[in-house]
Amino acid sequence: MASIQNIVDAVSSGSSSATEQVQEALKRANDKKDFNAILSLTNERAIKRAEEIDAKIKSGEKPGRLAGVPFIAKDNFLTFGSPTTAASKILGNFETPIQATAVEKLEAEGAICIGKANLDAFAHGGSTENSAYGPTKNAFDTERVAGGSSGGSAVAVALDIVPFTLGSDTGGSIRQPASFNGVVGVKPTYGTVSRFGVVAMASSTDVIGPIPKNVVDAELIMDILAGKDPYDATTLPDFFKPQTDVGNLKIGVVEEFMNEGVDSEVLEKTNQYIEKLKESGHTVETVSLPLAPMCLAMYYIIVPAEVSSNLARYDGVRYGARAQANDLSELYGKSRDQGFEDENKRRILIGSYVLSSGYYDAYYNQAAKARTLLIGQFNSLFESYDVLVGPVTPTVAFKLGENTNDPLKMYMTDIMTTPANLAGVPALSVPAGETAEGLPVGVQLIGQRKSDAQLLALAKSMEENHG
Amino acid sequence: MASISKDDVVYLARLSNLSLTDDEVESLQGDLANILDYVGQLSSLNTEGVEPTYQVNDLENVDRLDEVIDYGVTREELLATAPEQKDNQIKVPKVI
Repeated sequence: MASIQNIVDAVSSGSSSATEQVQEALKRANDKKDFNAILSLTNERAIKRAEEIDAKIKSGEKPGRLAGVPFIAKDNFLTFGSPTTAASKILGNFETPIQATAVEKLEAEGAICIGKANLDAFAHGGSTENSAYGPTKNAFDTERVAGGSSGGSAVAVALDIVPFTLGSDTGGSIRQPASFNGVVGVKPTYGTVSRFGVVAMASSTDVIGPIPKNVVDAELIMDILAGKDPYDATTLPDFFKPQTDVGNLKIGVVEEFMNEGVDSEVLEKTNQYIEKLKESGHTVETVSLPLAPMCLAMYYIIVPAEVSSNLARYDGVRYGARAQANDLSELYGKSRDQGFEDENKRRILIGSYVLSSGYYDAYYNQAAKARTLLIGQFNSLFESYDVLVGPVTPTVAFKLGENTNDPLKMYMTDIMTTPANLAGVPALSVPAGETAEGLPVGVQLIGQRKSDAQLLALAKSMEENHG
Repeated sequence: MASISKDDVVYLARLSNLSLTDDEVESLQGDLANILDYVGQLSSLNTEGVEPTYQVNDLENVDRLDEVIDYGVTREELLATAPEQKDNQIKVPKVI
């Protein structure tokens, strides 16, 4: 797959066209249907938009920084041209009259949304097996999971269907599938990219970001996506400025992430990446984030609490599927029972439990206080270190069905990705080679708030010098 | 071990507006107990005098002028997303 800039140059110069790019991407999507990475294609609308961009170029108008670049959005982004399901049954037939700001920003630069990627329903999961429309298969081994929840987004890029996709990351949902499929995953600083028009999961940790094939492309997409949106009050003023020279950084290896519970080949690849960081002139030392092992417990209190609140709106009244019922309370109860997947229900019930009177202080507020302590530990590390490094996940992609009977075991795959979400700091997953079996391993780079451009500059220099 | 009875699950389901089947109550009882048992480890952490964190980007009171913003979407388009409509309103079963 050509880099995004190569596609833009080819389309702008007339050696290719937006229509050709879109037609080829749609064909690739159809050829790779067996992976179940894509839930719907926007065929007609995509072709029409491509023709508009080609007409613009012919008439000498500026077509934008992403002219003719096809992309796919995770199916929890509201988009025109095909349904937005969040991979759930309750939104199975939902057609939206508005588009997500992120999608609008990309399309304003000439990019074309050609379809929607599979996910765990409502982004609840780490394998895309919680989708109401069947699991996505790993791009490297179809007997293994895609990762999740942005599994379809990662696989679509790994299969070269499109040069980049959009994902959302509440506790690792961009980074983990990116690592399982050998592509790049960007979890920006909380508030960097507008979430307007994205199905809310946990509002205090949700971020959205790109999944491209390489870091250069990630930087370009982030430059376009970042910035304040009047429709999302949590967005920060645009602070993202791509960096050309990364300089020599002080990097901390998080010792709690490098423990014996992590697969030996994952550790080996991570250590090889760390050696390359040293060769590149960076100073690398081992550091401690003592609360790291507690993050999963914090996460699975705070996030279900917010999930139970955010999913209250799916009641069969205003949008989505409605169950047959004789009265209103039966309508709510049945529409929700029929429309949600098991994992959605687990999280809603856990959320109701930890927020209920009698348990609020013991669970929810205790987790919120622990979160303060965690942020304090991150802050003191970032007084001495520019970047933290470690694995993305304890294992490579696991087998389909391996963890589906044990929700808690499935949660464990989030153990090293949740800290960045709880603290609101940026983190990347970058490819770090493959195991002997040929399965991709990702390395995680974590920075302090608003250091997104520096993180990408570091990853880019590594990609250029060691890629 | 967090103890969760079947009645607790039914009660939580009622709080959450979920009409669970009996089978679901059964299997969720075990799942919830395991999850709550795991997250309960946080009680060992000393958080005395620590302020809770509910949001992470230090924004306070993000206001805007109280004026109508035109999203370019019509009432008809928005109503069309509801399963049933009548007379420019969303239709639901009789409440009283």
